[in-house]
Amino acid sequence: MSLEVQIHQRLGSAALDVAFDAPPGITVLFGRSGAGKTSVINAVAGLSRIDEGRIAIEGEVLEDSATGVWLPPHKRGLGYIFQEARLFPHLTVRQNLRYGRWFSRRGPQEAQVVEMLGIGPLLGRRPGALSGGERQRVAIGRALMAGPKLLLADEPLASLDDPRKAEIFPYFEALRDEMAVPVLYVSHAASEVARLATTVVVIEDGRVLRQGPAAEVLADPGVTPVGVRAAGAVLEARLVAQHADGLSELEANGLRLLLPRVDRAEGAAMRVRIEAQDVMLSLEEPQGISALNCWPAVVREVRVGSGPGALVQLDAGGNQVLARVTRRSVQALDLRAGMAIWAVLKAVSVARM
Amino acid sequence: MGGLSAEAWGAVALSLKVAFWATLFALPLAVFVAHVLARRQFWGREILNGLVHLPLILPPVVTGYLLLLGFGTQGPIGAALARVGIVFAFSWTGAALAAGVMAFPLMVRAIRLSLEAVDPGLEAAAATLGASRIWVFASVTLPLILPGVIAGTILAFAKAMGEFGATITFVSNIPGETQTLPLAVHELLQVPGGEQAAMGLAMISVCIALGALLVSEWVSRRVAARVAGR
Repeated sequence: MSLEVQIHQRLGSAALDVAFDAPPGITVLFGRSGAGKTSVINAVAGLSRIDEGRIAIEGEVLEDSATGVWLPPHKRGLGYIFQEARLFPHLTVRQNLRYGRWFSRRGPQEAQVVEMLGIGPLLGRRPGALSGGERQRVAIGRALMAGPKLLLADEPLASLDDPRKAEIFPYFEALRDEMAVPVLYVSHAASEVARLATTVVVIEDGRVLRQGPAAEVLADPGVTPVGVRAAGAVLEARLVAQHADGLSELEANGLRLLLPRVDRAEGAAMRVRIEAQDVMLSLEEPQGISALNCWPAVVREVRVGSGPGALVQLDAGGNQVLARVTRRSVQALDLRAGMAIWAVLKAVSVARM
Repeated sequence: MGGLSAEAWGAVALSLKVAFWATLFALPLAVFVAHVLARRQFWGREILNGLVHLPLILPPVVTGYLLLLGFGTQGPIGAALARVGIVFAFSWTGAALAAGVMAFPLMVRAIRLSLEAVDPGLEAAAATLGASRIWVFASVTLPLILPGVIAGTILAFAKAMGEFGATITFVSNIPGETQTLPLAVHELLQVPGGEQAAMGLAMISVCIALGALLVSEWVSRRVAARVAGR
């Protein structure tokens, strides 16, 4: 599957002018609120018309202003998971799940969807009796059951608290890995992007600022759509050993990382996230400090912002890492591209098992 | 009650018949108009809204007179319909038309209010799941507005039962043909010694109205609980 999107649209005083391709996997439209992400996803769903542009899936044109083609939403064969679940209140969970089946013969087995989402005990209930997390799981199931060519998800976790988010994440990963349904996912949360994205499309003020594989885009110091505080790189790593003192040893491009115990077998691949604010820089190899993870690196780029801070992009043995430091430190250490340096990683979290 | 004349009972039966047909014909049109007013933006929306509400504000006698002008045997619409065998003038069907027109705004208002309470997001969700417009309406919108539709229908039925001014102006007061319950009460009060029979009809009227209200309350409470997802 690949989705091609080109949209030129005036929205009141703002303009939306985006073009991107979404390869298989989860493509995250990443940007702050009001950047135009939801307008893009609604146009793809056919819930709003575009002034000019073209939307196609695998060559099947859904909308093309040049030829006047416009498929109404019910003929597009896409699934949409809304922020507020939008379950039909007068139907039971089972009837909600089967709703899309009235109109479509394709789609996965109900038993498979119910099993994957763990919603078996809820089937006879009505949406009013469900918790927020349960509702969102049913909404995912309902969209899946219609057998969509592509799933659209508009900040599906935004209205949930952290424990509920943690409850839903694995299901999106299962979508990506088990169901092989491509997903276009709107988010303004860097942690969601780090965990879910195969591809990231960064949208700012109605334009595509950058698009590419997650590890590349998130390590770009020039791309901080939701602010430098949320900046952070992701690395693909592999678990190499479990230590007796409760630490797990990971390896990323030949460099070693020690993390509090990760419950996976040796050899397991995972994605780790290193937030820019958790990275310190040192001109010499740090000695006598408590941090376990210190990597030699080369400065690739120093990007000084308008405030007192700066983002420094580092290359540590092929791992792209971001560090957030002050402008004063940039001057004091005389940081510039090409110089060798040590990165002290204060915290590393597993973004995705 | 056994003291009521056959003629009085005839008026009760006629009123029920008139109100039934008036409500039945008004209902689908009211749902359609309410949907248009609540969901579509178009030029002339306010004019349509005004037209729908006119019978509520105009003196009923004026509404009856306008009906007479339009649907009477000499009226443009009445003459055209007469050629295909549909006659409203001085017939019970005319009473039903007058009752339907007078009850229409109440029905539209009740249905429109419940439509405005339905989240359009649910309709959009249904569309993304493959439902065409008609299916969205039948499977999502209609079940969700059912309490309002029921309330509006009962209200309209009660209004149609009690319609007086437009009816008497449009189709006159012909016993057995257009003399509905309120018209019969009116006539009984014009003749000496008619008070007792009038009282009997008034009691029947109160019973029908109360019964209708109770049934509508009960039904719409049950439906509301169902559609609220409880």
